[in-house]
Amino acid sequence: MPRRLAIAALLSALLPSLATGGEIAPDRAAQLERLVRQDCGSCHGMALTGGLGTPLTAERLNGLAPESLAQIILDGVPGTAMPPWRPLLSEGEALWIAEYLLTAAE
Amino acid sequence: MDRRVSVDRRRVIAAGLGVSLGLAVAPARAEAPVLRGTGNLGVVIERATGSVLVVDQTQHAAIGRIEGLGDLSHASLVYSPDERFAYVFGRDGALSKIDILEHRVVARVQQAGNSIGGAISDDGRLVAVSNYEPGGVRVFDAETLAQVADIPAAWAGGLSKTIGLVDAPGRRFVFSLWDAGETWIADFSNGGEPRITRIEGIGTNPYDALITGDGRRYIAGLFGEDGLTALDLWEDPPRPRRILSGYGRGEEKLPVYKMPHLEGWALAGDRFALPAVGRHEILWVDARDLTEIGRTPTHGQPVFAVARPDGRQVWVNFAHPLNDTLQVIDAPSGEIVATLKPGPATLHMEFTPRGHELWVSVRDAGRVDIYDARTFAKKAEIAARDPSGIFFTARAHMIGL
Repeated sequence: MPRRLAIAALLSALLPSLATGGEIAPDRAAQLERLVRQDCGSCHGMALTGGLGTPLTAERLNGLAPESLAQIILDGVPGTAMPPWRPLLSEGEALWIAEYLLTAAE
Repeated sequence: MDRRVSVDRRRVIAAGLGVSLGLAVAPARAEAPVLRGTGNLGVVIERATGSVLVVDQTQHAAIGRIEGLGDLSHASLVYSPDERFAYVFGRDGALSKIDILEHRVVARVQQAGNSIGGAISDDGRLVAVSNYEPGGVRVFDAETLAQVADIPAAWAGGLSKTIGLVDAPGRRFVFSLWDAGETWIADFSNGGEPRITRIEGIGTNPYDALITGDGRRYIAGLFGEDGLTALDLWEDPPRPRRILSGYGRGEEKLPVYKMPHLEGWALAGDRFALPAVGRHEILWVDARDLTEIGRTPTHGQPVFAVARPDGRQVWVNFAHPLNDTLQVIDAPSGEIVATLKPGPATLHMEFTPRGHELWVSVRDAGRVDIYDARTFAKKAEIAARDPSGIFFTARAHMIGL
């Protein structure tokens, strides 16, 4: 976990903030939430308590900037099992997911 | 069916007589259980609701639901030798023993924080669970779920996540260490503490492993490098042998949005069908000398490649986002003979034991679909809540399952 925060801190220092990318429509937001629980959940757990991937509960992610987390989602973590989701998600959608994770109730 | 109807009629008649004679009639709930076998039953994981369905292969129907099984967002199970009980390994580290005839949980233990799978010993007396947190394997009495052994996967970097846990003949369990790149054999045949054999040099980040149905070959797939590692369990100690080394040919890997899974039914006749990692291909490997025979380009990143029981075909499903598809590959030629579209999130496949049907879970359509395994026609559907793994009772008698 310290390594993850170090990567995120480095990214947020080096990279400009991502634009918010516009509104996410409600049905797309529902799809993204399901994506997080079911498909990200393949590795991170449906309850986001971890698996092959690290836990992604709001508690564990506390302190990360949404833009840094969105960057990790889009570009993955090379050398680990976390793939880049950039082929499948827009920057705005990645940011939505980041904010969802940072504020998820459970 | 007819017999069941006539039993109900007799009960209604008896109740009527009871009332007219002023006798107390037992409440409808307390009926004698219908005598039935287990050989044509199965269990389907409902991954989002902590429940499983008990299904009847002959009726093409769900006959019961068992709830209270915790986080089943990655879950698998093994059966007791009498096919009556299943041991469910939940993502949240819970181990639950369920009765598939009485449709209830009979024992449950919160044995770790996070786990990925398990196995049952050849004599059916020990159940082992492969844990991510804490990294290692724990072993339990199959009758009571009392803990029998704790095997921390200790290596230079701490405790490693464990994967690829299978049973092997001789009251052994074999598993691999994702972080450490090792395979361990835990031998319980002396009845006391297990004798552990550590095999190093398995490769970078083994992500899963299979054991062949004869219990001889253990093959670990690698995530951190191109290749797999095979062990001949007849050797003592087994020496790791790298196979398909460099199958990526130096080309950039495609993103892997869901890990492939390896099981003993990767063996189709005289060859293994193995998912490539980061390539949309099935890799064919000669079962005798473990050399590459060829490749089949596929629709997406393979997740499961399952041989039809006759070994003549391999059916493949895929990772997100191309996971609405199944492909059927002719094993001798490597040619794709069919592409099926069961629906959104086609997660898992299971053949009936003699191979006449293929059952497939379609998570986002809330269904398990049943296909004719020869004509590819869809025969039936069973409603299910976010279904994933499908497990038929014939697994009770198969090494590695």
